[in-house]
Amino acid sequence: MDRALAADGSVGHARVVAARRFADERGVLLGLAVVALVFGALIGPQFFSAGNLELMARQTVIVCVAALGMTMVVVSGGIDLSVGSVVALSTVVTAVVLRYDGTVAGAAAAALTAIAAGALCGAVNGVLVTQLRVVPFIVTLGTMLLVRGAAKGLSEERRLEAPATWLNDLLRTTHGGSGLIAPSGIWITVALAVAVAFTLQYTRFGRHLFAIGSSERTARLCGVRITRTKIAVYTIAGALAAIAGLMAFSKLSVGDPTVANGLELDVIAAVIIGGGSLLGGKGSVVGTIAGAAIMAIIQIGCSQQGLPNWVQQIVTGTIIVFAVALDRWRSR
Amino acid sequence: MAEAVGAPLFEMRGVGKAFGATVALDAVDFAVAAGDVCALVGQNGAGKSTLMAILAGAVAPDRGEMRLGGDAYAPRDPLDARRAGVAMIYQELSLAPHLSVMENITLGVEPVRRGLVQRDRMRETARRALAELGHADISPDAVVGDLAPAAQQLVEIARALAVGCRVLVLDEPTSSLGHADVRALFDLIRRLKGRGLAIVYISHFIEEVMTIADRFVVLRDGRNAGGGDVEGASANTIVSLMVGRGLDDLYRRGARSAGDVVVTVEDVTPGSAPLALRRGEVVGIAGLLGAGRTRLLRTMFGLEPVTRGKITVGVYSAPAAPHERWRQGMGMLSEDRAGEGLAAGLSIADNMTLSRLSPLGPAGMVLRSRQEAAAQGWIERLGIRCGHPRQKVQELSGGNQQKVAVARLLYHDVDVLVLDEPTRGIDVASKAQIYRLVDDLVCGRKAVLLVSSYLPELLGVCDRIAVMSRGRLGPARPVEEWTEHSLLMEASGTRAS
Repeated sequence: MDRALAADGSVGHARVVAARRFADERGVLLGLAVVALVFGALIGPQFFSAGNLELMARQTVIVCVAALGMTMVVVSGGIDLSVGSVVALSTVVTAVVLRYDGTVAGAAAAALTAIAAGALCGAVNGVLVTQLRVVPFIVTLGTMLLVRGAAKGLSEERRLEAPATWLNDLLRTTHGGSGLIAPSGIWITVALAVAVAFTLQYTRFGRHLFAIGSSERTARLCGVRITRTKIAVYTIAGALAAIAGLMAFSKLSVGDPTVANGLELDVIAAVIIGGGSLLGGKGSVVGTIAGAAIMAIIQIGCSQQGLPNWVQQIVTGTIIVFAVALDRWRSR
Repeated sequence: MAEAVGAPLFEMRGVGKAFGATVALDAVDFAVAAGDVCALVGQNGAGKSTLMAILAGAVAPDRGEMRLGGDAYAPRDPLDARRAGVAMIYQELSLAPHLSVMENITLGVEPVRRGLVQRDRMRETARRALAELGHADISPDAVVGDLAPAAQQLVEIARALAVGCRVLVLDEPTSSLGHADVRALFDLIRRLKGRGLAIVYISHFIEEVMTIADRFVVLRDGRNAGGGDVEGASANTIVSLMVGRGLDDLYRRGARSAGDVVVTVEDVTPGSAPLALRRGEVVGIAGLLGAGRTRLLRTMFGLEPVTRGKITVGVYSAPAAPHERWRQGMGMLSEDRAGEGLAAGLSIADNMTLSRLSPLGPAGMVLRSRQEAAAQGWIERLGIRCGHPRQKVQELSGGNQQKVAVARLLYHDVDVLVLDEPTRGIDVASKAQIYRLVDDLVCGRKAVLLVSSYLPELLGVCDRIAVMSRGRLGPARPVEEWTEHSLLMEASGTRAS
């Protein structure tokens, strides 16, 4: 189609195609730059100070880690609404294990148990989606409530105090302190982002996710093992949500079954702003991180500018709709 | 023959329509009188669907004129056509399955008073329309989705009557009906004809045409190929008019020789002859749309469950999923290029290599350079016109897209190629290239199973051909024993006289 039209020698059309291609690759980064410049201009150069950047990074880490898993799920044409609940469950599981053993080794065991619990939730999502043939939206809507309930039951609907360990330092500020440029939690997030980006672009599993999301029937025709791949992607997303839960625990230093209520929407928004398509087959880690960063800048920028919360919500909402409209336009 | 029928109720003269460079209809004349059943016949691609779409207002003709009841008829859209009294009953019924019979019959023309739907009048309208069809047994309150296909079809016809249709177009109306239902439908058509409706009957089945139609019009390659009264015409003459053309020199045959049997299919569909595919030969399966050919191929490839019989590929005789078939050396080309054959949003390289990513890097990795190099090789060998292996498939022309889909089988290097309509909707140059490719493959000891609705292609490419008709596969016979005529006779369930 494009070829035929371009052959007409229509310069205007070629320009539109080029603009779309540009938007496709760099739209989010452009958006990120615009948002950063607007708030930089409003607030002044201190907005970009090391301390403030670190604050923003710490603020967005939980969404970012969960969004890495969501990016993979969205690329495969699915969605996972249970991530907020898994984050809460993860904080509770961590606290429960720490209460038994508050040593360094105990903290490691707590983290691994929480990740395993998250992976299990994800695996349940994957099995239900593939075996019951119910759409992911409904399955994960159900498990969202189910997992939240489990977290509340496990903690007997209380906030669980836990002894302080290295887990509490994951997001402790390093500004003006220790030798690290950023807290270890941020480095972990960067490492995970690189790993997920690599997986999506350069592994068989990643290419299979794109194929399933782009056209499940084609993937099946080509011998992609759809059931296996889908269970795997939901399991990984669950594990990443649990790691996001560890970050949340680090901030809270308690196990809280009510934390991260509605987080799944922020996570999905980050993926969508970053160019992911809920129809599947599209999405990238760089885009998702940029999407999460846009939301964090708006949030922190607004509060530092003294703007009330409702302004921030209106701005974020507008950006989500605009980002999706842009997505429709560039895929036309 | 028959007395001169009155002036036609509906008439089209010199109607032409082109889609891009493809001429779908070229100056076609067609007329049907009130109280007359006129059959429209032709092979796949002869232009029947375009003609219907024009009649139904879905497509505007480029030229020519149409008259309905003496007035000029130029519907802007299907609703306009419906209001003018032209109703279509498509092969795929267009009913809302969750609504009741009466809601479907009055859909869009609901009786309303002061903004409220009057269910009593709605029920009455539906009951009257169904009674007119002699089917008062269908309850207006039944949910359409619960009805049998034959009853659903009646509901659709009742809907046409309820809005006062004068011209009723039936497209392959018997394709989903059993024997008794077909007879009931024919009785109904005769009654409607008695009430002065003009009926256009579109079918592949010559016998049906001979039974129900008064007159017939044959289309071939977008033109009138003939027509006349059914009385006095034979199935043979109609089929000859449909075929009408000789083989051209698109097809090439290298030095082929059939070797070992690599695939056997036994008793997968009831009443079918066994099929054996050998190395070094092309076996074709002919048949009409909906005869079950695609289903057979999909079952062989593991895309549909095997419910009976046995399929053997090489040494493997257990039912297998697609990924196992690929491993066993069998690859399939889907007839649905846009929906299944290719992932349109992915790149050429991704599409070509999707079935076999493992050689493209160590330990589950896919190295982009290797993937692109692999794709580039086939892009050059098949002459695929594109910018770059990373270009999205949806930006290519139909012929080039199809070459990408075919290249997947070549890249995978399968021994058995199952090709479902490999040349559908592509230009002649690409077609010729695919024919030559198939010839090269079988000369190189591969085996090809080919389903096609285009008979000259089957006769030109295949070594043996089997015909599938209404779910039954006939024996594969050498191509020399077939003609377009005999294939079409066999496919439409008419025994050669």
